[in-house]
Amino acid sequence: MDWKIIENLMSKKLDIMINIFIFVSKIIYPKTGLIPPVMDIKEKRILVSLVSSVAIMAIYCFYVYYRFIHSNPALLHDLRFLGKWFLIMVPVAIVAQIIIQILLAIYLKVSGHDDIDPIEDERDKMIELKAIKISHYIFIIGFMMAMGSLGMGMKPSVMIFVLMIMGFLASVVNEVLRLWYYRKGV
Amino acid sequence: MGKAVISNNIRRLRFFANEMTQQELAEKTGGSRQTIVAIENGKYFPTLELAFRIAHAFQVPLDEVFTFQLATDPKK
Repeated sequence: MDWKIIENLMSKKLDIMINIFIFVSKIIYPKTGLIPPVMDIKEKRILVSLVSSVAIMAIYCFYVYYRFIHSNPALLHDLRFLGKWFLIMVPVAIVAQIIIQILLAIYLKVSGHDDIDPIEDERDKMIELKAIKISHYIFIIGFMMAMGSLGMGMKPSVMIFVLMIMGFLASVVNEVLRLWYYRKGV
Repeated sequence: MGKAVISNNIRRLRFFANEMTQQELAEKTGGSRQTIVAIENGKYFPTLELAFRIAHAFQVPLDEVFTFQLATDPKK
């Protein structure tokens, strides 16, 4: 297959993703904007990871909804079904993320980004630690909410959904914070 | 206690070191170019080890690379 076609396709998709993020960041930070005209390679990787994880989650949930739940809503309270849903979702998301990151690396290599900097130094570790710390807090809050739902006599399926949603939210916040710290400084 | 103000002379030192690039300095210190950019712009304060590595790369003492001042508190 011609590399130029792949490069053009990926370039367009990356540009669309970056433009969506710039648009959102302009709404959140009207004065400065979170994303500058030029992003470094680490920020691009995080941005792609963020957008793809949201997209994978949305596509997978839509698929499960229309394939199974739409015809049989009672499945939403079937713990066995929810367990399978979650167990399959994790490896699917991991494999999809790996494939997307490999495609991104190929795109960056083909498009001649010579400033690819794979070195991870103390600043990267510091940023990662700070982001993980806050995302763990969010997950702990989610865990407490899940236990609270059980304590209030709600169905166990509610607990599972709260755990899933807060776990996903924690991972999104982790990546948004990493972008924030790369841009604003630690 | 007053607020600590840490500034650096990395840009000036790079100029006097034959306009050393940020990438070259990053390679000499074992860090990434982005970290050097962040330090130069005052967005990141390096660990003691990286600070010494930067000073070593320029062959100057540490206090020539980084300067420390305590800003006086106007309320006092």
